[in-house]
Amino acid sequence: MGSATLKGLVPWLVALLTMAATHFLIVPILPSTLSEILVFAGINIVLAVSLNLVNGFTGQFSIGHAGFMAVGAYAAAWATLALRNAGIDLSDGTFIAQVILVGALVFGGLLSGVVGFLVGLPSLRLKGDYLAIVTLGFGEIIRVSLLNLDFLGGARGLSGIPRITSFLLVYLCVVVTVFVIWRLIRSNHGRALLAVREDEVAAESMGVNTTQAKVRAFAIGAFFAGIAGGLYGHYLTILSPAAFDFNRSFEIVIMVVLGGMGSLSGSVVAAVLLTLLREYLRDLAEYTQVDLRMIIYSLILIGLMLLRPNGLLGTRELKDFWRRRPTGKSA
Amino acid sequence: MNALETQNLSIQFGGLKVVTDLNLAIPKGSIFGLIGPNGAGKTTVFNLITGVYEPTKGKILCGTSEITGLKAFAVTRQGMARTFQNIRLFKELSVIENLLVASDVNPRFHHFGFFRSLIRTPSFLRVEEERQQMAMTWLKDLGLHDRAEELAKNLPYGDQRRLEIARALSTGAQILLLDEPAAGLNPQETQSLMSTIRELRTRYGLTVLLIEHDMKLVMGICERIAVLDYGVKIAEGSPKEIARDPKVIEAYLGKAYHE
Ligand SMILES: Nc1ncnc2c1ncn2[C@@H]1O[C@H](COP(=O)(O)OP(=O)(O)OP(=O)(O)O)[C@@H](O)[C@H]1O
Ligand SMILES: [Mg+2]
Repeated sequence: MGSATLKGLVPWLVALLTMAATHFLIVPILPSTLSEILVFAGINIVLAVSLNLVNGFTGQFSIGHAGFMAVGAYAAAWATLALRNAGIDLSDGTFIAQVILVGALVFGGLLSGVVGFLVGLPSLRLKGDYLAIVTLGFGEIIRVSLLNLDFLGGARGLSGIPRITSFLLVYLCVVVTVFVIWRLIRSNHGRALLAVREDEVAAESMGVNTTQAKVRAFAIGAFFAGIAGGLYGHYLTILSPAAFDFNRSFEIVIMVVLGGMGSLSGSVVAAVLLTLLREYLRDLAEYTQVDLRMIIYSLILIGLMLLRPNGLLGTRELKDFWRRRPTGKSA
Repeated sequence: MNALETQNLSIQFGGLKVVTDLNLAIPKGSIFGLIGPNGAGKTTVFNLITGVYEPTKGKILCGTSEITGLKAFAVTRQGMARTFQNIRLFKELSVIENLLVASDVNPRFHHFGFFRSLIRTPSFLRVEEERQQMAMTWLKDLGLHDRAEELAKNLPYGDQRRLEIARALSTGAQILLLDEPAAGLNPQETQSLMSTIRELRTRYGLTVLLIEHDMKLVMGICERIAVLDYGVKIAEGSPKEIARDPKVIEAYLGKAYHE
């Protein structure tokens, strides 16, 4: 392989190694509440980054991401439960359990991706508000279907899912998701998505098959949302349709908007911030006996629209801010 | 040989006949003008040829292959690209990125699949490098190479018009359709645009079909001109023939031009 290819992969490998080191050296000594927050932050990063591909980079405003998350979550959980019922030992920590979970995640991701493809094909002809409404409806259809599918537990949901999501696996998924989407939007395939966002008519006239580009972005976004769902189910051990309601979708949209539509690092930062906020709000809710989450989210959104309508980072990446600062030596 | 041909090309919107039985034959390598009063249907002809609209009747041939009914992106992949009368750049992308998007369908570059693009294999990186270099060449052709990293929306108006041409060029198209490339330009800019279009034609062996209201530009660079009025071709010929044609003078040029 060429040295430029290898050199380009180094930062990503370093990220993976850092995550592995954290998993083995640091996570064991963290208080369990903190490692729990880190796991949820990781899952939210995968969700926000994958939704940003659709909303921020391709410019198709989707607000049904929780639906895809649900597909992946239920599919992966259904798969591992079936395996366990077949007598395979899935106790936490075994290597086999981790490998099986990877398989289940991919299964959930693929199924979700296929659903994304099928939903995207007809609905991505719609624009703006119409598309948003369709994706909203899709999320609800998934939720209501799950309520009525007895083999997936109906309203009670699935329980007793093996708790095999590890910090390492979550952050492996984070690195892979960010890697894929980061590189995608910097390739010819991704540039087509940006062109669709900028001007669909012009993109089509420059040879971009805009329908294909949109459906692809949608399917890839759904794939990663499905992965995030699988991680989620195997951490919480229970899944219920209510966990994937509109509020969940809305939360992911807020992460994307807060971080900046079209900024991956923005999505990462916003996902972490909102995960933390969510935890504090939960404590607060216990204290006040009122769930203030949605009110606070709405206030954040309003404030954001007034102060930074393009989100924290706009379309820039954290990297761009560092590069701006003159290093002195290179001059 | 003709680079582009239309046969009885027609379209109507509701009951409104916007283009009627248009026969055009654009010789390969020529610069061909399409003129006519406002609302004559010129842009609609472009939209028909490039697959934005589907004709209600008639045929479009690109070289020897029929392209009637192809979608816009597929038409571009047949080697025909256009610019827009009301500039339609990818505003929030940089100047060079505007070209890179379009160069994805340029047959001179190998098209990489999804996974090789992610891994950035050595051959992918090599092609990407070539892509960037060629994009710089095209920008240079249009005098925009100093502005490669600027956002398209920040270019001055005249440069945006030029960027539209550079972008169309980078699709690898052999046929360019320019919709009023000089609209809004001052006389010097128009003059330099004229020589640029001529140079491009020679350098890349292009066939150019252009819509223009600026008669000096049209008469100056077109080898042949067709005149459209209410969607009907009322005349076709060399610039001299067109300038003398009484029908054209009445419908479009007016006496003032003639004198
Ligand atoms: N999609 C459409 N639906 C209905 N009418 C249309 C459509 N597109 C064009 N027209 C009509 O067709 C006629 C020709 O429009 P067109 O834009 O082709 O004119 P043009 O010759 O390019 O004019 P100009 O010189 O002003 O650019 C106009 O009357 C316009 O309103
Ligand atoms: Mg026009």
